[in-house]
Amino acid sequence: MTANATLAAPDVEPPILERIRASQRAARSSFRLKFIITWALILGALGAAIVATGNANPEFSITWAPYILAGAGLTILISVVSIFLATCLAIIGALGRLSSNGFINGAASLYVSLVRGTPLLVQIYFVFFALPQMGIVLDPIPAGIVALSFNYGAYMTEIFRAGIQAVPRGQREAAEALGMPERQVMRRIVLPQAVRIVVPAIGNDFVSMIKDSSLVSVVGLQEMLWRASTVGRSNSQLIQALLIAALVYWALTIFFSFFQAKLEQRLAQGDVRI
Amino acid sequence: MSAMPVAHVDPFARPGLLTPDGAEPIVRLTAIEKFFGSNHVLRGCNLEVYPKETICLIGRSGSGKSTLLRCTNFLEEPTVGVVEVGGMRLEADPLRSRSRDHREQIRQIRMSAQMVFQEFNLFPHMTVIGNLIEAPIRVRGLKKDEAVAIAEKHLERVGLSEKRDAYPARLSGGQKQRVAIARALTMEPKVLLFDEPTSALDPTLVGEVVTVMEELAHTGSTMIVVTHEMAFAREAADRVYFIEEGQFIEAGPPEKVLDDPQDPRTQSFLSRLQNRI
Repeated sequence: MTANATLAAPDVEPPILERIRASQRAARSSFRLKFIITWALILGALGAAIVATGNANPEFSITWAPYILAGAGLTILISVVSIFLATCLAIIGALGRLSSNGFINGAASLYVSLVRGTPLLVQIYFVFFALPQMGIVLDPIPAGIVALSFNYGAYMTEIFRAGIQAVPRGQREAAEALGMPERQVMRRIVLPQAVRIVVPAIGNDFVSMIKDSSLVSVVGLQEMLWRASTVGRSNSQLIQALLIAALVYWALTIFFSFFQAKLEQRLAQGDVRI
Repeated sequence: MSAMPVAHVDPFARPGLLTPDGAEPIVRLTAIEKFFGSNHVLRGCNLEVYPKETICLIGRSGSGKSTLLRCTNFLEEPTVGVVEVGGMRLEADPLRSRSRDHREQIRQIRMSAQMVFQEFNLFPHMTVIGNLIEAPIRVRGLKKDEAVAIAEKHLERVGLSEKRDAYPARLSGGQKQRVAIARALTMEPKVLLFDEPTSALDPTLVGEVVTVMEELAHTGSTMIVVTHEMAFAREAADRVYFIEEGQFIEAGPPEKVLDDPQDPRTQSFLSRLQNRI
């Protein structure tokens, strides 16, 4: 009885707990304040530097911002189509990299090594300027999409390979033990689980694709960067033009990162790891 | 079927107790040897299992009991030996293991010998019913409504009808294993292979799985069970095989092997198992 009495939880909360919570609250709001001040200071300083050097020209911005912004549609279009094609390439590439057939594995490994070992800009030049010399002429949009898909497909091949390998061995064994043929085991059991594993990584790649798609401006695709540098140069307002483009890229990546986080949350709920 | 008396490869097998004389075994393993690299894991195992029998394989971890079970459905390819399941005879042929017809024969054996795993291995991206109809539709070629009917029947048998549309992550370990048993049953196999089905379970959940297994054993399923649950072996097994270093040391009815072991190695294993508790 006495032991129970001493072990029982006290009804009144000891005052120290409230003081701990208060101090934690204070630390959090102090952190938030410093964080916001830092952003405001640095961004404000940048703005001030632009104004001080006589580079602020509201009239230019108002005139040309809509034109630059209109390139965002093409940026998104190229990114969406390319990430889709790159995903398809990556699944094929990953199966190739895991194949025990020497020819298939060799081809997939060469693809990954070659593409990852050369700059994206070189690949874009190659598709747009070198292929025509071999008689393959692509319009700028398809050319940009081909180069980006090919490049990202190689990086994503390695992501998918890791994803497939991360599916527990027991999953494959259970499917085989049920009598499923190899192909079905892969298509129905392993790949769907691998996709769930790699979705966050694909999301990351999509966000960097939005930025890397600016590289196709070099082949004259009128996406945001091309528009910004064109109007910026002709009006001698490069700083403002590039800033506008940069802000739009920034906004796009924040926007898509937000959706990516939502998607990850939903996958985490529906699925459901053992 | 020949009129000749059956030549038994397994000296411990006792057909005729539950089955008519001259019945063919559902499973016959002949002289199974398995090497992992240069590690000699199975050293000539012979096993015959007749219809409606329940066989328990016991032994310490690393003795080869799980490997023998996994050789039965070719999750491990035996290095040497012959596996016969439900009339399908397949010689171990590790050199030919990648050829198409060899793989097709293995698939036939797997359909007759369904396995229940220690780690359940339910498919996490499918609901319970999805787990149960996947193979009947894709492997047995059933129509969806037929598969669903069979799946619901077996789900009811393991007492989990109300979990039909749940994802595996929402189930307890014991429920997962009961779903896994139902999944194996939907293939209507000739023999069930259990690979330590209760070893990954919280002790309080072992009972519900053992109850389902005992019910299966008593209603005429043919089963080979690798287990440490001596209570199950005593209650449900027709024969218990004690395996050590890849060989059967002793076998017989559970009351003989478990209560009156003759070989010192069996004695030592059983006394350790008791001391553990």
